[in-house]
Amino acid sequence: MKAQNTIKLTIQSLPENIPLARVTVAAFVAQVDVTVDQLEDIKVAVSEAISNAIIHGYEHRPDEWVEIEVSRSGHTFQIVVRDYGKGIADVEAALQPGYSTDSERMGLGFVFMQSFMDEVKVTSEVGKGTTVVLVKHLGSDQDAPS
Amino acid sequence: MLLETQKVDNSLIVKIKGELDLLTAETFRNLVERAITAEKAQHLILDLEHVDFIDSSGLGVILGRYRRIREQGGNMAIVGVKPHVKRVLELAGILGIVKVYHQTEQALQEVN
Repeated sequence: MKAQNTIKLTIQSLPENIPLARVTVAAFVAQVDVTVDQLEDIKVAVSEAISNAIIHGYEHRPDEWVEIEVSRSGHTFQIVVRDYGKGIADVEAALQPGYSTDSERMGLGFVFMQSFMDEVKVTSEVGKGTTVVLVKHLGSDQDAPS
Repeated sequence: MLLETQKVDNSLIVKIKGELDLLTAETFRNLVERAITAEKAQHLILDLEHVDFIDSSGLGVILGRYRRIREQGGNMAIVGVKPHVKRVLELAGILGIVKVYHQTEQALQEVN
């Protein structure tokens, strides 16, 4: 995807930074005509990806960093959420509902990402970290750069 | 996030204002747990009218309280949920086990 506009945001791995990150992404996406439901879908997906990085990637260690990169190409938005934490041994299994071992969590993070976004790609390496790529198409891409 | 609790008969009504995510989930869980115990409430009604955002961290807390209430023989209901929050609840399957009402009075009647 050739981006015509990109922002990069790096946040410390603290829950306090999640609302700021999802609102920032939503404000960036609002450059194009977008419905409230579409914006909310993106906010949920971003919140899940960053929460996963903090909870699972960094196991709540507050002194780590989560990188968020948002790119626009026409009406297509790509959001990349990256951590350098412990990684996921079995990505396929992690994508299934109920994968979380915490009884208070529902294991629905990736399910929400997959439901609310058009594309979700997860790459991970144990001991190196995890990258989640979320893509949302918000209408015609006739004005996308070639 | 702001919480306001009220006991009516044997039901605890919890009005929540703000966002339910990883940042607020633990506070939400602790305050509701404490209120259920302190008020000796059998049933729980969550008023989500002023909840602007929810993700799986917030849903996990709701589901956890549902389990507790059911284990003690009570019922749980939700009141006044916004459309985009409702979609998240629906996708998580919560609407299959917890009913949503427009009015608190209606929910109070039903949980009893």
